[in-house]
Amino acid sequence: MNRSDSDEDSYNERTALVSSENPPLPFYRPDHDSTPSDYSPTRRTKVSHSVGAARGEQDGTGAVTDGETSQTPELEPDDEELTLKYGAKHVIMLFVPVTLCMVVVVTTIKSISFYTEKTDQQLIYTPFTENTTSVGRRLLNSVLNTIIMISVIVVMTIFLVLLYKYRCYKFIHGWLILSSLMLLFWFSFMYLREVFKTYNVAMDYPTVALLIWNFGAVGMISIHWKGPLPLQQAYLILVSALMALVFIKYLPEWSAWVILGAISIYDLVAVLCPKGPLRMLVETAQERNEPIFPALIYSSAMMWTVGMASPGEAQHSPHESDEEAEQSVRREEPESRQPMGVSEEEEDRGVKLGLGDFIFYSVLVGKAAATGGDWNTTLACFIAILIGLCLTLLLLAIFKKALPALPISITFGLIFYFSTDFLVQPFMDNLAAHQFYI
Amino acid sequence: MTAAVFFGCTFIAFGPAIALFLFTIAREPLRVIFLIAGAFFWLVSLLLSSLVWFISVQISNKDSAAQQKGLLIFGVVLSVLLQEVFRFAYYKLLKKANEGLLTLSQEETMPISIRQLAYVSGLGFGFMSGAFSVVNILADSVGPGTIGIHGDSQHYFLSSAFMTMAIILLHMFWGVVFFDACEKQRWWALAAVILSHLLVSCLTFQNPEYVTSLVPTYVVLFLMGIWAFYTAGGSLRNLKLCLTCKDKDFLLANHRQR
Repeated sequence: MNRSDSDEDSYNERTALVSSENPPLPFYRPDHDSTPSDYSPTRRTKVSHSVGAARGEQDGTGAVTDGETSQTPELEPDDEELTLKYGAKHVIMLFVPVTLCMVVVVTTIKSISFYTEKTDQQLIYTPFTENTTSVGRRLLNSVLNTIIMISVIVVMTIFLVLLYKYRCYKFIHGWLILSSLMLLFWFSFMYLREVFKTYNVAMDYPTVALLIWNFGAVGMISIHWKGPLPLQQAYLILVSALMALVFIKYLPEWSAWVILGAISIYDLVAVLCPKGPLRMLVETAQERNEPIFPALIYSSAMMWTVGMASPGEAQHSPHESDEEAEQSVRREEPESRQPMGVSEEEEDRGVKLGLGDFIFYSVLVGKAAATGGDWNTTLACFIAILIGLCLTLLLLAIFKKALPALPISITFGLIFYFSTDFLVQPFMDNLAAHQFYI
Repeated sequence: MTAAVFFGCTFIAFGPAIALFLFTIAREPLRVIFLIAGAFFWLVSLLLSSLVWFISVQISNKDSAAQQKGLLIFGVVLSVLLQEVFRFAYYKLLKKANEGLLTLSQEETMPISIRQLAYVSGLGFGFMSGAFSVVNILADSVGPGTIGIHGDSQHYFLSSAFMTMAIILLHMFWGVVFFDACEKQRWWALAAVILSHLLVSCLTFQNPEYVTSLVPTYVVLFLMGIWAFYTAGGSLRNLKLCLTCKDKDFLLANHRQR
């Protein structure tokens, strides 16, 4: 492992954290005089890489961390061009899983009625009911629910940062593993049960136990330990989809929309404000020269969590700790790439997106699909979210520092949801009734 | 029966477009991104035209059916014009982006040519337009029901599917011709594209007499297709070489970036 170079290089700046990442290869191109400039973006991006990862800690919203732009020392003649090509390729590498997650959620919502049935049961984090008759009261209740939810998230995040600061690693690991156990076993069992109910499949308990045991055990192993990358990615997508479905079921209507808005504002504030718990987490990790916990980040590249009992994706729906778990998951795992050989460095750099981003994108699209049964709204939200993600990645490539992945996408998604639902839908319905085409 | 109708209409409406996407666009990330951005621009144009239509409906007399129909026709015309405006806006944006990409990159050539962008953006517009027109109809075709039970046309689903296919392909051809017209400053070509779009939309006012709306639409489709083919650099010679697989340069699979 040729890490010594990067160690020396990186201590100069506050990049102690990133020293454990794969060092940038000396970019030797005698005919190309832009070599020096390649280094600084590399370093800056690596800083942002870890900051972004740490930021991912903060809330369920993902930090979009772009490992690629830091990996400019490739053997291509035009690195800017390559950066852009990498940029485009990595945008697609994120589009595909986000699309898959949304497709799973929308398919489930449209076919299994369990997740759209109105229930009086609510999460303890949204105690105010929305069953009131007056609009004002309902609005007030949803705002109160949102305030409670967001404060729970903030408190849990601060708690996590404190735990990390006082080195209670075992506690964090245990918490995350417990959460992921619950998600992989209990919630997937619930999902399977509803699928069987919907399609009226007769099933016996021993078979179900076997299925769920296999599913859950392989999931735990592939997410927390080693496993083929596609399998890990598939499990992360499924887990995010399950989480999103639970949110869609248990969050009351208006509260869900207000929460989506509030959490994207919170994400923006948490990433860009210097005093956020996330920043503290990153700085603590940098001081200690440790990687932040690897875990609930979706990585599009090879990532081996070797020797790192990565905290699992703690997601349980009733607990906001998911968010934290996810956030902790967001963290970058630079060390995990150590065992890679030089030839595999290009493969290492994938773009990373936190699972909370997946979840909230899917919640938005799922709610669009659930309310109304109109496919135009769902499509519009889907395109809006993808474009928001694309813009976020573009900004990431331009500014080369960690950015919140939620605000732009959720803003576009919300705008398009409400405008399509109220404006476009009547127009298109009328056109379809007369069979006019525009 | 309903599943057959659903699948049949879906493949009629989206078959060619999905084939085009899979074979020419899916492998290139940059093209996929520009396709989705094109879809987004179409969506924004629809949003604006719906807003105007909605406001006009709110201030109008809701009981008069004739007035409502008139407003709908106005909405259609406005929507067509706005779509073309947004196509132009997308063209401008792409030109700027391409210049940006060019200055950033070390190469002298752009990673994606304006012709490819024209094709991809046209297809993006087409996808979104087709999807918005037909997805709800397809979703309804699965469920239990009988078409035309109140005396409407029996061929509603089928004609919608064929119309959608025509619209998607037309958007693609319009995109190619439009961008080329903007590049070469041929404003008459631009006007022709806008007029043909208006023509196709106005032909649909005659639905459910499908013969008078679908057949001319397909004629326009065919003509626009030939025009777009020649605009994109095709010729009879190219076509022959391509079909007999004689010239590798012209096979899309070996298409080099210009």
